[in-house]
Amino acid sequence: MDQIQHPEPPEKGVSTTVPAPLRAIQERVYACIQCGTCTGSCPNAFAMDYTPRAMWRLVLMGEKETLFNSRTFLLCSACYYCTLRCPRGLPLTETMEELKQIAARENHPVHKKSVLFYRNFLESVRRHGRVREMEFMTLYFLSLKNPFTPLQFTPLGLRLMGKGKVGIQVPSKGQRRLEALFRKAEELEEQE
Amino acid sequence: MKYYYYPGCSLEGTAKEYDISTRAFMSAMEIELVELEDWTCCGASAAPATGNLLSLALPARNIALAEKTNAAKEILVPCSACYLNLKQVEKKTGKDTELLSKINTILEEEHLHVTGGLRVRHLLDVLSKDIDAAAVSQRVQRSLNDMTIAPYYGCQCLRPYIEFDDPETPRSMEPLIEATGAKIHAWSKGSKCCGASHMNTQMDVGIELVASILKAAKGADAIVTVCPMCQVNLDAYQKKASRFAKEDLDITVLYLPQLLGLAFGLTEKEIGLNYNLAVSDGFRKKL
Repeated sequence: MDQIQHPEPPEKGVSTTVPAPLRAIQERVYACIQCGTCTGSCPNAFAMDYTPRAMWRLVLMGEKETLFNSRTFLLCSACYYCTLRCPRGLPLTETMEELKQIAARENHPVHKKSVLFYRNFLESVRRHGRVREMEFMTLYFLSLKNPFTPLQFTPLGLRLMGKGKVGIQVPSKGQRRLEALFRKAEELEEQE
Repeated sequence: MKYYYYPGCSLEGTAKEYDISTRAFMSAMEIELVELEDWTCCGASAAPATGNLLSLALPARNIALAEKTNAAKEILVPCSACYLNLKQVEKKTGKDTELLSKINTILEEEHLHVTGGLRVRHLLDVLSKDIDAAAVSQRVQRSLNDMTIAPYYGCQCLRPYIEFDDPETPRSMEPLIEATGAKIHAWSKGSKCCGASHMNTQMDVGIELVASILKAAKGADAIVTVCPMCQVNLDAYQKKASRFAKEDLDITVLYLPQLLGLAFGLTEKEIGLNYNLAVSDGFRKKL
């Protein structure tokens, strides 16, 4: 009887048609046995177009376009249940974060809202060292360029202001408190 | 006992009452908190979604601040997201010297340096392991024995690092709550996800998670949490969740040190109860 031919595991430094950042992610989840424990453990699976199990398969198949058009990793809320339960001990939550990092760098349209949310959060931290919640939400709403989104949050904003938990914060450039740290991190990140 | 204290950004804003009640509780227990001078943001969930090194350099800056002075051996963190970010630095740099040196290259910009050796601890870890229920019950002046409390742990103080409790069926809050005289609401939602930042960016998904937790808490007088993100999600969107579930889901949502502080006889102001958004009349009547 003929031996079944298994595909070779991806090797570091070997050029394939899959771009390098995704190849690094494939290596992390290569031991996935498609058991579906991640899907069964995921609180957000109900809202995903591909279940986590199916998404890891897309990663392994190098289906980049389908992967980054999917909402799956965007809907990971980092509860770490899949990481805890994965019988192969794979760092699944962290790898979801790495997919978010690629989506942020490459400006995939499906991820625009989340990317702007995170980017404006970090902009506030970069300016002041600590996040100013109201400044950050203002920056976020401005960047969305959608006048209706803020309306969803107006009642809560008013209640929080009424309680004296937050105040109106006009976005200000501040002292660029953590500018040097951010720049250095970005510089090293590019060399990775 | 003495700990470094890293409050984190939420505790200066939407989670003010967590900061107020943690300090009040610790002071009642005669435990000293040394707030890290000039602390900055841990990166929350934004930095991990943006860059790996940034997500470690931001929390590492705060660990470096602690290492610079020599006041305590452990850093107490009440916010679960901050806790996990700081813990990642402790765990990852402990076994990866190359990573540690990269982080230190970044921290040089701030004239700071991390060596390692300081332990990062969640508030619940310290409350349940270092203080324990017996010490709490000795100080109880106002028994909460006609209350039933639903302990809600959330995710990131339990997972991925298993430090002080079972990551699937946590129980560390129970002896502390029972020490106040209150009973435990039996439920299975204690370690389930609240939706985290989905309530900001994917509200249609987040509201399902919030509503299912609030539904399961029915019958309890209050939910008690140890995370600002969980607290605000469960506290601030009750009307929306009620509309979504087509039933009344209003319930009081407290931070654990607020509940313990109430039992100690601290005033509502001393535990910052005026800052909680949803404190029900039924709950107030039982005080």
